[in-house]
Amino acid sequence: MRVLVCVKRVPITGGRMVLTDDAQSIQTKHLGFTISPHEECGVEEAVRIVEQQGGEVVVLTLGPPEAEEQIRDCMAIGADRGIHLVTDADWDAQATAAAIADAIRAEEPFDLVVFGNESADAGNYQVGIRVAYALGLPVVTGLKGLTIDGGRARCEQEVPGGRDIYDVALPAVVTVKEGLNLPRYPSVPAKLRAKSKPLASKPVERLAPQLEKLRLLVPEGQGKQAEVLGEGSAAAARVVAVMQELGVA
Amino acid sequence: MTVVFLEGTDDELSLQALALARRLGDVRVVQVDGPYAPSAWARAIVEAAGDDDIVGPGSDRGNEVLAHVAAQLDLPLAANVTDVRGDEVTRIRWGGTLLEEARLHGPRRLLTAAPFAFAAAVPEEAVTLLSPFPGNEPTVLDHVAPDTGGKVSLADAKVVVSGGRGVGSAEGFAILEELAELLDAAVGCSRVVTSAGWRPHTDQVGQTGTKVSPDLYIACGISGATQHIAGCKGAKKLLAINADPEATIFAHADYAVIGDLHEIVPAITAELRKARPQ
Repeated sequence: MRVLVCVKRVPITGGRMVLTDDAQSIQTKHLGFTISPHEECGVEEAVRIVEQQGGEVVVLTLGPPEAEEQIRDCMAIGADRGIHLVTDADWDAQATAAAIADAIRAEEPFDLVVFGNESADAGNYQVGIRVAYALGLPVVTGLKGLTIDGGRARCEQEVPGGRDIYDVALPAVVTVKEGLNLPRYPSVPAKLRAKSKPLASKPVERLAPQLEKLRLLVPEGQGKQAEVLGEGSAAAARVVAVMQELGVA
Repeated sequence: MTVVFLEGTDDELSLQALALARRLGDVRVVQVDGPYAPSAWARAIVEAAGDDDIVGPGSDRGNEVLAHVAAQLDLPLAANVTDVRGDEVTRIRWGGTLLEEARLHGPRRLLTAAPFAFAAAVPEEAVTLLSPFPGNEPTVLDHVAPDTGGKVSLADAKVVVSGGRGVGSAEGFAILEELAELLDAAVGCSRVVTSAGWRPHTDQVGQTGTKVSPDLYIACGISGATQHIAGCKGAKKLLAINADPEATIFAHADYAVIGDLHEIVPAITAELRKARPQ
């Protein structure tokens, strides 16, 4: 099995969103970075599949030079090598998908291409689907369960009230959700090994965005004034009174 | 003219999409019949739409079908919009804890309506029913429903009792379970808790977990990271119990209790029992 996992570098936002002065991005001076939670499960799943069936896990990202950090993190989980499409700005979903599809075509064919269902930051819900179309592959999204057997993928898609089941022939594209598995914590030796795994970096030309970000805004409604019902267990009576007022007690 | 794709004429998010579509002008309503097959459904919608704008619900399925539409047409899609002004949209990022204003460059607009950004419209238009043939395109073969053991689900619960890092351990959730049982509530948790393995991911409330909309959300020992707020901001009322008076969760709360949840939660349970006739 040759499995490609596509990931995106995003800030760890904590409790408050603070924007840069030009409102083009989140102020990240004091923030760490990670990959989207769905993608963490994508990397873990790919590594488990290759641990059981043999093969290779390749991780790909499109992002700034600093995104090498996220590729190395994925290598510490077990990815064998990396592809870094180096950019200097935010890309829209169409341009991102086109660049990823080009990079995949330049490789030996993959049996499975894995994306997160949607990125934590932009949340466009479409890059994996667009890549599937560009490559002429079937795609199933929102997976909470995946079984690879005999050249086919049994896919469990999360839907309200349960899971819908699909069965597709490989090669295929899947997008996954957090909860698919519980990702491992990388060991210290695995982190050290990750530093010397092969990484191919190449700059890519940005296409004009078709969904052009103009500015970001923090929504109203943050900074509510909560009614303090009390401190410690002495507040219990007032809490119950509030529950009765709301008709839930 | 705008074509709007509804999952059903009684589907809340679909009727919100209908409200968005009506803002753009005259509306044609389409629904799709038969087993769910996203690429085949999108193909049928593309064919029915001609050169019109296309709007769908901001559900998982709505976003998926519209992404297939966008890929088939090679046009930009603005997912989860809260407002439209000509070719400019406002859309949600970070699960709704941040907004983006963006311009769509394309001959027509493809949009999904962000959940709960528009009041549901009453459907009056005739519905065109499409019946595509999926062929060998991915199609739903079967549906499995989880065994909830008769308990109310997170998504449907009127009250959610949710715990975060402050609960301290898997065993620490026993006091939350006890309170939840009295209130016929579901137990939820934050991402820290599922990452630590204290609770299953199915209990996670958040941007990458379940998005809940109860009458009352009780956040116990939850700091209030944006990841969590994205999942519980649909609650009508939020009660936060936290030992740290500076915790971000209080900026999102209607009611606050400051102190140790390990004392406060059992005290609430005891008080509730006292208040009820035996």
